[in-house]
Amino acid sequence: MKKIVVTVVGADRVGIIAGVTGGLAELQINVLTVSQAIVDGIFNMVLMCDMESSTNSLAEIQEKMGHVGESLGLEVRVQLADVFYAMHRI
Amino acid sequence: MLDIEDILATERMFDQNKLDVRTITMGISLLGCAADDEKVLCTKIYDTICKKAEHLTKVSHDISAEYGVPIVNRRISVTPIALVAGGCHAPNYVQIAETMQRAADALGIDIMGGFSALVDRGMTESDRRLLDSIPEALSVTKSICSSVAVGSTKAGINMDAVRRVGEIVKDLAERTKEHDADGCTKFVAFCNAVEDNPFMAGAFHGVTNGDCAIHVGVSGPGVVKRALEDVRGEPFEVVAKTVKNTAFMITRLGQMVAQAATERLHVPFGIIDLSLAPTAAVGDSVAAVLEEMGLESCGGPGTTAALALLNDAVKKGGLMASSSVGGLSGAFIPVSEDLGMIEAVERGSLTLEKLEAMTCVCSVGLDMIAVPGDTSAATISAILADEAAIGMINNKTTAVRLIPAPGKKPGDMVTFGGLMGYAPVINVSRFKADRFIARGGRIPAPLRSLTN
Repeated sequence: MKKIVVTVVGADRVGIIAGVTGGLAELQINVLTVSQAIVDGIFNMVLMCDMESSTNSLAEIQEKMGHVGESLGLEVRVQLADVFYAMHRI
Repeated sequence: MLDIEDILATERMFDQNKLDVRTITMGISLLGCAADDEKVLCTKIYDTICKKAEHLTKVSHDISAEYGVPIVNRRISVTPIALVAGGCHAPNYVQIAETMQRAADALGIDIMGGFSALVDRGMTESDRRLLDSIPEALSVTKSICSSVAVGSTKAGINMDAVRRVGEIVKDLAERTKEHDADGCTKFVAFCNAVEDNPFMAGAFHGVTNGDCAIHVGVSGPGVVKRALEDVRGEPFEVVAKTVKNTAFMITRLGQMVAQAATERLHVPFGIIDLSLAPTAAVGDSVAAVLEEMGLESCGGPGTTAALALLNDAVKKGGLMASSSVGGLSGAFIPVSEDLGMIEAVERGSLTLEKLEAMTCVCSVGLDMIAVPGDTSAATISAILADEAAIGMINNKTTAVRLIPAPGKKPGDMVTFGGLMGYAPVINVSRFKADRFIARGGRIPAPLRSLTN
């Protein structure tokens, strides 16, 4: 398993989850958990995913999901999950 | 499983609190380059650096993109050039500095350190040549940094070298006066210099290291400040615990980046430097952390105690997070690189004397301080002697990086740009130390017991 974290932040609107998960599905990325909340009117979503079966490199995934974010007017960030485990788990 | 709050909090640290990895520094031994012909020596130095660090920039950018961690600088430290060039017949070492610059340019490296000499006990002919070359070498290159170790707890202080450093700083300032004496930002003098420091200007690859090593320096005063905002009014145990927890997280980030870099570059891991390195950007200030503890302005009464707590708690939190800690490891208090320090000098709360007191309890020393252009070489040497004495007696690293910008008076502003920032010129005591500095010789090494 190669875990990545997809963070989505921006103004709330219809179709964000559909758009983001659709993009991930096209890249053969499996969603493991989803956490989503509206904080102070801002849409926040964090998806923990597995990119093991994706044939795309992380750089390609970042680029593709960046475009998905642009089309929805949101910031979509993709990064390896290691940094969060390192900082928040002993 | 990770909590969404943890992930969003981490993102905020990067986006809003300026958390970053300040530098991945590759230490490279140049001892194998020794040659008696200058051209051969320079070719070997260039080839060695370019071969070892060939992938450093790419790997650093890849890690930054993949992990979503900003990595600000890529740096190289090399064996002190005075050692490498000892057998070379060159009249000076400027050519070597230019060779290092060409290597830095070819590799896309931000800064390269190691144009250095270690003269705690005395100077070899090669050390003398290197010291004589520093003003020209640093004024004709842009990314090369130089350091001189003038003393240590075990050796005492080499006052001949201290005197020479004052002259070097003045010469360097004069040669780079068109740019607010920015040559002086690339030169530092140490007491108890460390051999695995990833931070500039004092980084060099000590002879006790192997061929190559990866060192990482993190940043993060903004994150500490943000964490302390949540515990306003709480007692100091809570402050210390909060700083420790935050330092742990910051250091784990550095450790992770270091591991990724060592695996991809096939180079052994050296150390994580636990220093909190500020920048002149808003929200990235060590002074702001001290003020968050309850001080009206950095430099006022209580500042030394606040800094002592911060420095110690950062180390305690960081030590557990890394497999190998080294370098300078403490809180930096460079004036021009810290917006809070700059404002404190302007406000009049932070003086040279208070900064000197602060250096007793933190790493590293009087750093990036602009002093009046008419400050004499002897006065600069005397300030260095004071700072070196603090390091020697307290068994810690201290350093001096002063910028006597020609034509500038107290209150004027000097600007260096980038990470070096800008600084108001600080007042220096008008009382002279010329006869003290003229003595030369050595201040003996101190007693290590009966230390009251």
